[in-house]
Amino acid sequence: MGETAGIGNEYVREVAAKKYEYGFTTDVETDIIEKGLSEAVVRLISEKKGEPEWLLDFRLKAFRHWTSQRQPTWGHLRLPEIDYQAISYYADPTATKKTDKGEIDPELMKTFDKLGIPLEERMALSGTAVDAVMDSVSVKTTFRDKLREKGIIFCSISEAVKSHPELVRRYLGSVVPYRDNYFAALNSAVFSDGSFVYIPEGVRCPMELSTYFRINARGTGQFERTLIVCDKGGYVSYLEGCTAPMRDENQLHAAVVEIAVMEDAEVKYSTVQNWYPGDSEGKGGVLNLVTKRGLLAGNNSRLSWTQVETGSAVTWKYPSCVLKGDNSQAEFYSVAVTNHHQQADTGTKMIHLGKNTRSTIISKGISAGESENSYRGLVRVARTADNARNYSSCDSLLLGNRCGAHTFPYMDVQNNTAIVEHEATTSKISEDQLFYCNQRGIGTEDAVGLIVNGYAKDVLNKLPMEFAVEAQKLLGVSLEGTVG
Amino acid sequence: MLEIRNLHAGIAGKEILKGISLTIRDGEIHALMGQNGAGKSTLSNIIVGHPSYSVTEGEILYDGEDLLSLSAEERSLRGIFLSFQQPVEIPGVSMVNFMRAAVNAKRKHEGLEPMTGSEFLRLMREKRALVSMDSKLTGRSVNEGFSGGEKKRNEIFQMAMLEPKFTILDETDSGLDVDALRIVAEGFNKLWKPTSSALVITHYQRLLDYIRPHVVHVLIDGRIVKTGGPELALEIESRGFDWIRKEA
Amino acid sequence: MGAAEQYITLYEQNRDTIALHSPSALNAPREEAFRDFKRLGIPSLKVERYRYTDVEQVLKPDYGLNLSRLAIPIDPRKAFSCSVPTLSTYLYFVINDEFRPEVTHSKPLPQGVVVCSLAKAAEEHRELVERHYARLAPTRKDSLNALNTMLTQDGVFVYVPKNVALSRPLQVVNILRADVSLMANRRVLIVMEEGAQAQLLFCDHAADERQFLTTQVAEVFVGDRASLELYELEETHSLNHRLANMYVDVGEKAQVTLDSITLHNGLTRNRTDVSLRGAGSTVNMYGCVVADKQQRVDNNTLIEHRSPQCESNELYKYVLDGEAVGAFAGRVLVRQDAQKSSSREVNANLCASPSARMFSQPMLEIYADDVKCSHGSTVGQLNEAALFYMRQRGVSLEEARLLLKYAFVGEVIDSVRLEPLRDRLRYLTEARMRGSLSNCEGCKVCR
Repeated sequence: MGETAGIGNEYVREVAAKKYEYGFTTDVETDIIEKGLSEAVVRLISEKKGEPEWLLDFRLKAFRHWTSQRQPTWGHLRLPEIDYQAISYYADPTATKKTDKGEIDPELMKTFDKLGIPLEERMALSGTAVDAVMDSVSVKTTFRDKLREKGIIFCSISEAVKSHPELVRRYLGSVVPYRDNYFAALNSAVFSDGSFVYIPEGVRCPMELSTYFRINARGTGQFERTLIVCDKGGYVSYLEGCTAPMRDENQLHAAVVEIAVMEDAEVKYSTVQNWYPGDSEGKGGVLNLVTKRGLLAGNNSRLSWTQVETGSAVTWKYPSCVLKGDNSQAEFYSVAVTNHHQQADTGTKMIHLGKNTRSTIISKGISAGESENSYRGLVRVARTADNARNYSSCDSLLLGNRCGAHTFPYMDVQNNTAIVEHEATTSKISEDQLFYCNQRGIGTEDAVGLIVNGYAKDVLNKLPMEFAVEAQKLLGVSLEGTVG
Repeated sequence: MLEIRNLHAGIAGKEILKGISLTIRDGEIHALMGQNGAGKSTLSNIIVGHPSYSVTEGEILYDGEDLLSLSAEERSLRGIFLSFQQPVEIPGVSMVNFMRAAVNAKRKHEGLEPMTGSEFLRLMREKRALVSMDSKLTGRSVNEGFSGGEKKRNEIFQMAMLEPKFTILDETDSGLDVDALRIVAEGFNKLWKPTSSALVITHYQRLLDYIRPHVVHVLIDGRIVKTGGPELALEIESRGFDWIRKEA
Repeated sequence: MGAAEQYITLYEQNRDTIALHSPSALNAPREEAFRDFKRLGIPSLKVERYRYTDVEQVLKPDYGLNLSRLAIPIDPRKAFSCSVPTLSTYLYFVINDEFRPEVTHSKPLPQGVVVCSLAKAAEEHRELVERHYARLAPTRKDSLNALNTMLTQDGVFVYVPKNVALSRPLQVVNILRADVSLMANRRVLIVMEEGAQAQLLFCDHAADERQFLTTQVAEVFVGDRASLELYELEETHSLNHRLANMYVDVGEKAQVTLDSITLHNGLTRNRTDVSLRGAGSTVNMYGCVVADKQQRVDNNTLIEHRSPQCESNELYKYVLDGEAVGAFAGRVLVRQDAQKSSSREVNANLCASPSARMFSQPMLEIYADDVKCSHGSTVGQLNEAALFYMRQRGVSLEEARLLLKYAFVGEVIDSVRLEPLRDRLRYLTEARMRGSLSNCEGCKVCR
């Protein structure tokens, strides 16, 4: 260990004092229902949203299933005890303005402005349509008319239940059934809002579609539900972003994202997850327990998940792909950064069912502080999946010696024409690289930023431009003061 | 004698050879020249029976026998040898084991007993000397870690071991410096018998300075557009291929 | 009645018989092991380290046990002619779980070296056995340890004193012999003192076409600067079930090589846990599996880097044909203090038939930052280009496949340092792949 290591260690001790930039709260009158979860609460949510009978039925089935299950424990996580009765399952910040149709509380507009998500179309980022969701309710969806011209449906899921019940009914729960897992069951019972996207046959969506999630109210959970259906030959690129105010207590976020991709269609789903991670002592922060899955239903369909995970106290999610159609292709690109007391157990599942299916997994984990960062992934090649190919590469970078970096890949191959390859490495940040930067006059902290960004580049490159820039900044911020 | 009649063939549904006819008699060396993508390697792969290539029309007769109905190893056992353009590396399979399997397969085909270990090693030594191949190379796994030149020399060494009747040299000159080229070509010439025949595939004249062809064919877009004597190769060397393309 | 109850009842009804025919050192942890087994039951497939082997199914059949230690009529030297003929070893036999008195050796063991029945050692080297027995294999957490500890009565004891090097390998031939379905609960205790050096070879054979179940728990102590090479070769048959747990405790600057080769079996689960307790040690683990028909082989390893500057390497290769199922789960755990650890884990697999199935699960769990760790895992097929190249040289497709398969596992066999054993393994593996060996070579009775 040379002198550079000494410098490095100094930085390790200098724990980041960086404040979470999005930790403010919005003062808006919010309709919050009583805390606690019961069948009555499920009925109340459904009633407040004026839902049809079939949906209430779906919720109730899910609720009953959930009550029969226990919270899973297999993650490499110390998940705090969640008191499901201490959470309010519905919070509507738009309630007071309900009468003035189309008008949004200026406070809400301000909130999203502050977050860099302008809801007025003239101010919007070029080529991006946004559905803004705060707590349980969609606040506004922009560019809807323009999209409608092409036959594209982009609206909140509550609205879709009313305007396109046949589509929602057909696909809701078709990719992630409510029985799938504990948190998917919970979400299916109490989901409040989220986005719905339908791309009709042969249509390429002309702009990026984006949903922005914001938890605001205290003591509430967020249970959004996203459903994307991309019909034959269609194409869409979808972005998801999220933040939450700084609160002392943990906030529960249990979302479900379902994507159905038909023949020759392509969906790109990108996430920059920046929920409040808790403070440097590990107090508070969002518990991000999410089920995301895509069904590559048609032949030649394509789906890619790209995620940059920097936030949340606990992240537990595995954006997955079921490659059912022949020649379908799936990709998973992930950068997960954990610092302080954050814990992440994330990865993907690639289930190969169709012939000539291809999947690629690129995962980059970066652990700092006293955090735990795990990659967990499953590649399954079913007997039917002739000539299936998978390549997985999972790298972990350790910054400091009080954090953990783990890799748990699972491979299950039942077809002898398949080729499945996995490789993983774990290492610390290179002293040589740091020293090289130092010698060129770059401070250690900046050097770490540079090196980490270079390390994550394969994944960042997969993000749409605006997101990539934001993600790069986030990486820097998340790791400030954590050189090892 | 190898007779190719109106051969149409390709890979993955794409037609590359569009009606090739060619007869190579015993004792003859034919050169096949052409630019990248003309179909030269396709032709050599078809002759030796590569499973990825398929014949859509035409036939190939070898000593009067329908070659296309035979498997790759059956063709080999009848004396057809391909010196690969890019010989594959086979980690873990030693040259000795590999060559012994090949030599004994051939002996079995000829109704001979397998060679004993010492006989075989003696044969290896003898043939190695013929192509000046280092014993270090034959002690390794097949082509593993060999340089480009070593791989080509190894191909000629194997040719010496198997004594084929009909040999295809597929761009054996590519990636070789002048000295290596000479050694490889000399090795080939030492192995030559009056009953042998060969198809030499190349871009350039320089290999043909050492291995003198009787007939030269020019392949463009899957068709033989010109056939001539050794002087044709020299003409291509000085004028390139364009004039032939225009003529055709 | 579930399998667990079956064994609980067995123990409750026979605890006195078991104890009566066992030395006190082996009886000491028995009752606690029983309580642990009762509490733990039999692990289901949901238990992470058992997810690839259905132990309940293995334990379910009604096996006979030789709890009263009745003599088994067999002359091991007649039943088994050494499968490694050029290997001059100190040769011993274990029939089921019973260690046979020493075969006379041309050369006596070096001074102080003990190789004998564990039961005998517990009497004659009581202090030594008590100090080491049941120290590494916890019954509290692992049901198979508990089951074995509660039922075991004998096995093998090996002791190599400080700075003593064995010039010849020790070979222990395990022979399963019975006229009915039989369960043997074998125990192995190996103590290598500081600076000791030894090579050990364990060969598993089955002499009868009976259903056998062996549970084996091996505890291996490797002292500071000691060197151990331990080879295990399984050549049993399709009715044989082997559940083997091995725990290796490694001191400072020690060198350990563990090699596990499975050529014939029914169902095998080898669990190997290595604890790198001292700094600067190296452990190399190799595994080679050739399986077809309905064979199942599950290798489950854990290497725990607890001290700095240790190196671990793992290479496991499987060739699966027929309806064989292979599993490899290898966890490498680097503790916070284990700086400058280096670890490399490779699992490569060939599925040669449409019905073969492979599970591969390499795992890295790392808490120290100054480390170099990697793992790689592949499941694939034979290289098509190589196959074609060989066929062009006149080698038949079948022969070419064989050469490639053989080359594939050759990497593991090359790691064997005992040259005669290596040559023998090359022969056995090739013969195995050619299908010319339908059963274990060397044992005459099972023809």
